[in-house]
Amino acid sequence: MKRISLLWYSIVQGLKNFNRNRMFSWASIGTITACLFLFGIFYFVISNLQYMIKNAETSVGVTVFFDEGISQEAIDEIGNQIKAREEVKEVNFISAEQAWENYKETVFEGQEELLDTFNEDNPLKESASYEVFLKNIEKQDQFVKYVEGLAGVRQVNNSELTVRGLISFNSLVAYISAAIIIILVAVAVFLIHTSVTMGISTRKDEIKIMRLVGASDFLVKAPFIVEGLIVGLIGAVIPLLILFAVYEKIISYIAQKSGDLGSFLTFLPVKEVFASLTPVSMAIGVGIGFIGSYITVRRHLKV
Amino acid sequence: MTIYDEDELPIIALENVSKSYASETKALQDVSLRILKGEFVFIVGSSGSGKSTLIKLMLKEVEPTIGKVYVNGKELTRLRRGQVPAFRRTLGIVFQDFRLLKDRTVFENVAFAQQVIGAGKHEILKKVPDILATVGLIEKAEAYPKELSGGEQQRVALARALVNRPSILLADEPTGNLDPKNSWEIMSLLEEINRNGTTVVIVTHNREIVDRMKKRVVTMKKGIVVSDEKKGGYSYEKN
Repeated sequence: MKRISLLWYSIVQGLKNFNRNRMFSWASIGTITACLFLFGIFYFVISNLQYMIKNAETSVGVTVFFDEGISQEAIDEIGNQIKAREEVKEVNFISAEQAWENYKETVFEGQEELLDTFNEDNPLKESASYEVFLKNIEKQDQFVKYVEGLAGVRQVNNSELTVRGLISFNSLVAYISAAIIIILVAVAVFLIHTSVTMGISTRKDEIKIMRLVGASDFLVKAPFIVEGLIVGLIGAVIPLLILFAVYEKIISYIAQKSGDLGSFLTFLPVKEVFASLTPVSMAIGVGIGFIGSYITVRRHLKV
Repeated sequence: MTIYDEDELPIIALENVSKSYASETKALQDVSLRILKGEFVFIVGSSGSGKSTLIKLMLKEVEPTIGKVYVNGKELTRLRRGQVPAFRRTLGIVFQDFRLLKDRTVFENVAFAQQVIGAGKHEILKKVPDILATVGLIEKAEAYPKELSGGEQQRVALARALVNRPSILLADEPTGNLDPKNSWEIMSLLEEINRNGTTVVIVTHNREIVDRMKKRVVTMKKGIVVSDEKKGGYSYEKN
């Protein structure tokens, strides 16, 4: 009963503090909102890029071609060596015949009469290959180097440029977002600090009386912490609502504008993004509120 | 100097207490004092005599430089930070400037002392009107401090100090801002509270009150207890 009364008292006083310092409270909320809005945008970009890279990992493979006149045993041996690699997820052997069939299907579709000129010859008779899919596309470089060093391997084709571009763009976005977010978090913490400091100075008498009538340390400090938590919570909810409202519009706009790239650009569904963004944003918002107010009460409310 | 039997257990005791502040001024020098349960004591002296420091030591607002302070059976220098709030709940404190919360009504000001120690709504609704009736302010429960006279404000402060039923009431110049009529009203209340068993310690400048009430008077001068009389008066020669 006592604890509930004290907790209730702290919450009510925290709300009153919030209201008394509303100008600073809303300035702090505004900063946290801006911070978490940007965080959300970067989160969209990063999580979707990662999603695309993941997709690329399953669809983009490495193709291994062999020296001319190589024996089937040697090809099998290369296959075994590739399969033994830890980073390899799947290896498919494409025989020269199958390669020619695939080629015919994609290139000469609807123009089968042109194929007559080839008679029964297979122009791709030296194009037997292994199609290799990796568990983690970042290991591709290392894998390609290894395969190129194997005896009997003539050529290794890979989608290195696309993948590397995606990965480095992803890192760039992550660094920029981290930098911006750190600055905004610092500004938000500073604003909460100012707001709570003002609250403490306007309530100096009340705090003094509280101490004299035997209020615990917790009770003196709790209303200010509650104030910080409210600011952090509102500052987290507002950007989440905005982002939720605009996410689908943004991805459909990008998909529309991206033209040929559209097939490559696959986006995470809104539910999946918010399932992780919501708790992370709430934790950051409430965390900023808590840290900002905690630092302040520790500094200004020493017993 | 001690005017009571050494075997009686004091509710407040100072043993060879000295207090120096950073400016090296000695606020108290080797002060020993015993106050028994149920006593009514005036502490008098001019400004800078050390009487306010004495109250601060009893509240554990300041620590003695040398010596020991016992209040309610606790040696205050040994009290840990976390134990101070519980200790202070056994005391009631009244100041010259009332220290009321201006944005709260009389009822809320008194209830505040109960809220901060976690009293429930039911308890607050029972105790606050009771104590307001004791100090004669039940009619003004919904008034704000600025609507009250100085005497009434001090009675609110008194109600707040008493609502948690402290065993000791410490008052620092409680009539300092009041006219003689209101001063006497407050003193009568304090006397009544004392009759009900609360130990009352009052720091004051008010000669008339001290002289007429014939209570125990501890006189301070330059940080030293210069006299301690059982039914004393405000000594003109010593101040």
